[in-house]
Amino acid sequence: MMDATNILKEAFDKQNSPGGNLAEYQQQNWSMFSGLGLPALKHEEWKYTRISKVFTDKLVINNDSHLSQDALDNLILKGTENANRIVFFNGRFLEAMSITTDSAEAICIKPLEKAAGDEDADFVNTNLGHSQRYHGDGINALNAAFANGGVYIRVNKGAILNNPIIIYHVSDSSNGIRFSQPRILVNIQEAAQVELIETYTNMGGGETLTNEVVEISAEKDAVLHYVKLQHEGEKTNHAGTTHIRQTGKCLTHAVTITLSGAIVRNNLNMVMEAEHGESHMYGLYLLNGNTLADNHTIVDNAMPHCFSNELYKGIMNDGSTGVFNGKIFVRKDAQKTNAYQSNKNILVGENASANTKPQLEILADDVKCSHGCTIGKLDEDALFYLRARGISADNARSMLLHAFAIDIIEQIKNEEIRAYAEQMVDDRLSFSM
Amino acid sequence: MLKINNLQASIEEKEILKGINLDIKPGEIHAIMGPNGSGKSTLASVLAGRADYEVTEGTVEFMGKDLLELSPEDRAKEGLFLAFQYPVEIPGVSTTNFIKSAVNEKRKYLGLEPLDAAQFLRNMKEKMKLVEIDQSLLSRSLNEGFSGGEKKRNEIFQMAMLDPKLAILDETDSGLDIDALRIVANGVNQLRTKDNAFLVVTHYQRLLDYIVPDFVHVLYKGRIVRSGTKELAKELEVKGYDFIKAEVDQEMA
Repeated sequence: MMDATNILKEAFDKQNSPGGNLAEYQQQNWSMFSGLGLPALKHEEWKYTRISKVFTDKLVINNDSHLSQDALDNLILKGTENANRIVFFNGRFLEAMSITTDSAEAICIKPLEKAAGDEDADFVNTNLGHSQRYHGDGINALNAAFANGGVYIRVNKGAILNNPIIIYHVSDSSNGIRFSQPRILVNIQEAAQVELIETYTNMGGGETLTNEVVEISAEKDAVLHYVKLQHEGEKTNHAGTTHIRQTGKCLTHAVTITLSGAIVRNNLNMVMEAEHGESHMYGLYLLNGNTLADNHTIVDNAMPHCFSNELYKGIMNDGSTGVFNGKIFVRKDAQKTNAYQSNKNILVGENASANTKPQLEILADDVKCSHGCTIGKLDEDALFYLRARGISADNARSMLLHAFAIDIIEQIKNEEIRAYAEQMVDDRLSFSM
Repeated sequence: MLKINNLQASIEEKEILKGINLDIKPGEIHAIMGPNGSGKSTLASVLAGRADYEVTEGTVEFMGKDLLELSPEDRAKEGLFLAFQYPVEIPGVSTTNFIKSAVNEKRKYLGLEPLDAAQFLRNMKEKMKLVEIDQSLLSRSLNEGFSGGEKKRNEIFQMAMLDPKLAILDETDSGLDIDALRIVANGVNQLRTKDNAFLVVTHYQRLLDYIVPDFVHVLYKGRIVRSGTKELAKELEVKGYDFIKAEVDQEMA
């Protein structure tokens, strides 16, 4: 960490300062980061995940590398050519290569810096940094100090988008450990319906480190389907927070798929501030090599009659490690809360491990909350049953792992993205039927 | 077809099979009967290749090959089939997809082209009729939430699809009502040819009214202590296992 301080400081001083409130916000967060530093293993929330070790003097921030249209075109997911496209290159919103395919009446996509100073300024002031109420650590503050490179997305009242919004994060790692800090602020207005997908690519063959913060606010009767696809390869490190706030009764649904990486940390928050809200959180981490994937989730029930369902599944091969921490807060007024949580892990590799921790804090007295977690090997009886029908041991294993993983993939609403995710999972499991 | 010679097997150091001898020829139906704990299911599991059991002595020859050297999947591909006493529930894998994989892996092993979708479907429809099983059941996750009878019919359906040379039915009658038993037995009888064979493991004589055996063997304390025709089964039905237990225990004393 010490080694990276100068690089970070230089980058902070060098960036073009935005005006007004945003400049102040960034300055405050820089000070906060300088005071807190990066979370180390002694930080309870980061005890398995030593992201600080990637912060070395090899970090590269904002050099002059260039993303060609051809290179971008190669990344576009099949069947999604009509999607609203948002491109981040090395952690900064690349407006010139982004495309809005839904109408201007339905959606507005612009630099966060711009939104902070126009008619959206009130929303920005209220919502930017909302996630810090749950993650008051130095790494979130570090992202905030560079927030002006981010994007602002507004989906207007009543708009049902024809096309999904796909955010392509591209990092160029050819000159060192590329450090990217994407910042995304999303305003989903009343009764709007959105599919938001994030996908990541490491170009250049070197290491990357991404520190991302996504903050989403969904109003009354809004519907959000969010998908995060992580498959950038083994040299990528990631610390990301997706913070979803329900300000009215609405439906928010998130699927997080992690297939590769060195150190991967995902925070996902569902903050349910209105009665009768509904949220769903699904995750699949399918790991090999020495990947560490750490999913921390928070469901915060502040008001009565909310429903949340959470299912995370992990398959750990080789020497990989899966970490799951699921917090559910039920505040004093949140009577009649229904909150379900489950985490299931299969250890395939001899040296694989899983750590799972449900954490429920319930202050209301009339609620239904359940949690469960399992860590085990593949079911030997099931394996034998398949083999006794002539299916080879390898195929039987693939078949069982596919069956285990598929109900998470099936949660992805968008057909093209679901097919893509399933293909990636099948390729990994060498599964074909 | 199957020659078992002095087969001994144990689980966790506990000796269960203490020297089984059995010879099954094509076209024959053999029944293995015996009281609970005599080793009937162990014999079925050892033949199918379940790893929990250790074979400590003896040989098993199947279609001229050393069966004990083969993996469970290769035993199946060589034509051995075990209808499980307790079919396993496998969420997320449909019977249709599973059986298609199994059929095509076997065909590949035998050097045959995989069945195309139409051939497979035709074959499946025909075999479904045999055990009166419904398409909707086969589209569901394998055995998940199936009734006892549905699970057993699914076993016989799989058997029909895989067309084994030797089928071992491990207490297929347990937990079946009389109607389901008739359906299962009827399926087996229709699949019977002069080239295949069946080894029917059961506690009760009742199943043998429907699947009529050529030979009946009584297993007790890990050995075949009596062999005979279907009349032996009738005798057991009348007298119970106690008379055999008494005779055998006396002989051994």
